[in-house]
Amino acid sequence: MHFHKYEKIWLVFGIVALTIFLGVVGVSAFSHDHTPAGGMHTIDPKKVNETAPFDKPGVTQLDDDTYQVAIVAMAFGYTTPEKLRVPAGKEIVFHVTSSDVVHSFTIDNTKVNMMAVPGQITMKSYTFTEPGKYLILCNEYCGTGHHMMFNEIEVY
Amino acid sequence: MIAAQDRKLALSNIGVAYTAFLLGTLCGLLQVFIRNDAIQLPAWLDYYQILTAHGVLLALIFTTFFIFGFFVTGMSKSLGNFGPKVRLVSWIGFWVTVIGTVLATAMIVSGEASVLYTFYAPLKASGWYYVGLALFVVGTWISSFALVSHYMVWRKTNKGQLSPLFAFMTITTIILWLIACLGVVATVLFQYIPWTFGWVDTIDVELSRSLFWYFGHPLVYFWLLPAYMAWYVIVPKLVGTTVFSDSLARLSFVLFILFSIPVGFHHQLTEPGISNFWKFLQVMLTFMVIIPSLMTAFSMFATFETAGRKNGGKGLFGWFTKLPWKDIRFTSIFVAMAFFIPGGAGGIINASFQLNEVVHNTLWVVGHFHITVGTPVAMTFMGLTFWLIPYLTGRKFTKAMQKLGFVQIVTWSVGMLMMSTAQHVLGLLGAPRRTAFSSYNNHASTLEWFDGIISSHVTMAIGGSILFLSAMLLIYIVVMTMFLSPKAVKEKDMVEFPMAESGKASTPKFLENWWIWIGIAFALIFIAYAIPLGDMIQHAPPGAEGLKTW
Repeated sequence: MHFHKYEKIWLVFGIVALTIFLGVVGVSAFSHDHTPAGGMHTIDPKKVNETAPFDKPGVTQLDDDTYQVAIVAMAFGYTTPEKLRVPAGKEIVFHVTSSDVVHSFTIDNTKVNMMAVPGQITMKSYTFTEPGKYLILCNEYCGTGHHMMFNEIEVY
Repeated sequence: MIAAQDRKLALSNIGVAYTAFLLGTLCGLLQVFIRNDAIQLPAWLDYYQILTAHGVLLALIFTTFFIFGFFVTGMSKSLGNFGPKVRLVSWIGFWVTVIGTVLATAMIVSGEASVLYTFYAPLKASGWYYVGLALFVVGTWISSFALVSHYMVWRKTNKGQLSPLFAFMTITTIILWLIACLGVVATVLFQYIPWTFGWVDTIDVELSRSLFWYFGHPLVYFWLLPAYMAWYVIVPKLVGTTVFSDSLARLSFVLFILFSIPVGFHHQLTEPGISNFWKFLQVMLTFMVIIPSLMTAFSMFATFETAGRKNGGKGLFGWFTKLPWKDIRFTSIFVAMAFFIPGGAGGIINASFQLNEVVHNTLWVVGHFHITVGTPVAMTFMGLTFWLIPYLTGRKFTKAMQKLGFVQIVTWSVGMLMMSTAQHVLGLLGAPRRTAFSSYNNHASTLEWFDGIISSHVTMAIGGSILFLSAMLLIYIVVMTMFLSPKAVKEKDMVEFPMAESGKASTPKFLENWWIWIGIAFALIFIAYAIPLGDMIQHAPPGAEGLKTW
């Protein structure tokens, strides 16, 4: 197969750039823990409300520097007993699941963008730097009231 | 000129495609105005119903029928007229696809299937919606087998020869499609249909999503490859030269079979049930398609430069001005290619693992596919339509129609530039996709998103309106060239199928040994999917019950 000289240069340049790029993404992911939301734990979607930690949804302080936030997404809202309030500068671990259809738990202006899938638990660790009131919204279509599905989290 | 019966078959496909286009773009117009809070739908019509129709009609029905119309014409042109059996099977395939389409559309219209074209479980549409989709896929398979057998007849009578480039590329696209559909057929047949008809109570949601995306990503290459065929085979003829390199064209196509399928997880990066290792592995495989894409970009510009210099273009960039800009068949496709540069770059961003969190399910994604399938693919199809329909009907492509063609292409470009830029910016700010008008109780963040000149619903609505105008112009051109333009009687008025010469002398034979490519494709699919899907099935949670939340 004949490759034109310029085409060789072009492809070598492209492939080298691609390799460097994937290297950067991979190193950042696996040695600096910059991975997207995920998790391998499953849950019975019919028993969400009686399964820990979703039996007591909301904020729990785990230790001095870590907080856990358990959220159940459902059509069309998020079950939280009171207003969600978490401190800035501390690690917040979100646990999200759904008790009906697929939703998302997305906090505006942050990297918290998690799919909520019935039967699965999604986790994401995030540290807020700026105090303020952040909009939480669902960005996966879930039914007629999808665009009314939102909440707020206050960072102090 | 190809046989009259083959022309009828191709025209029927194109006719269905543009019917879907008409209805689908009308839905699009309604959407931009609902999101602008300018109109309120009557109680019997829902935003998400229209959104479902828009997605299904344009992304599935318009593309697929147009692609088959194009394939039928090109295969008949490059390999000879269809035999009676091929023709019969093609018609059966056409009708099965039409029945599936009508069934699925009827369910959407009746409000029984407002589940969008991704139909994520456990949203539960009427079982007949999934039956319609299954029939649609089966119909395309029947049509595909007809084209493959036409090709096999040619191979048998031309032993030891490489097939014409158009036929080679058609078969590549069909192989890609057949392998891709296995995922969606598996989930629809074994998960959705038993569940919606009540034979089982629950569904494994994560598995159904993974099987869907096994199909969902190669689906976009099924749209793109026919556009690439136009770029490789039609464009060189329009600019007055030959295919830059036959072997590289074929190589880039087979690479698409390999690297467009084992990559579906990059649509599922922010969800649970798939470990980071497998997500990242598929991210790497996703990026391999950059290689054939770079090859294609090189071939295109090499073709343009060769042609421009032949026409007297001097200096480093003088050839650029010597391209046939006044020929709408060329200019339309050139603009389509130009849109694919930011489109492809956006795709790289989307698939970049952790970066995906910033854009996942935001309006950015909507902007992205409107400058990939919505322009590079759709506008290439428009550029083909200008000559394909008159070629098939034997009518003239009149001066007036050519001028109108320019207006249509310019308006589509301007409308799309406005709408997709607004969507990209809004998405980066955080505005969600697939969402009716909402200010989230006038939340400060929401008001901030829509406060810009570009990032506003107004820009999106103006863009959308221009696009609709453009779509109606195109429908006018289609109707004229199909039924009303004067018949071409004189030789010079006859519209030709512009198929470029492609020198196969130095093309290695192994490129057309399909078993190699199918074998490697399945090996890669096995590597990328066997373990994570196995885990998913083995450690499946109790299933989810279906819900109709609309």
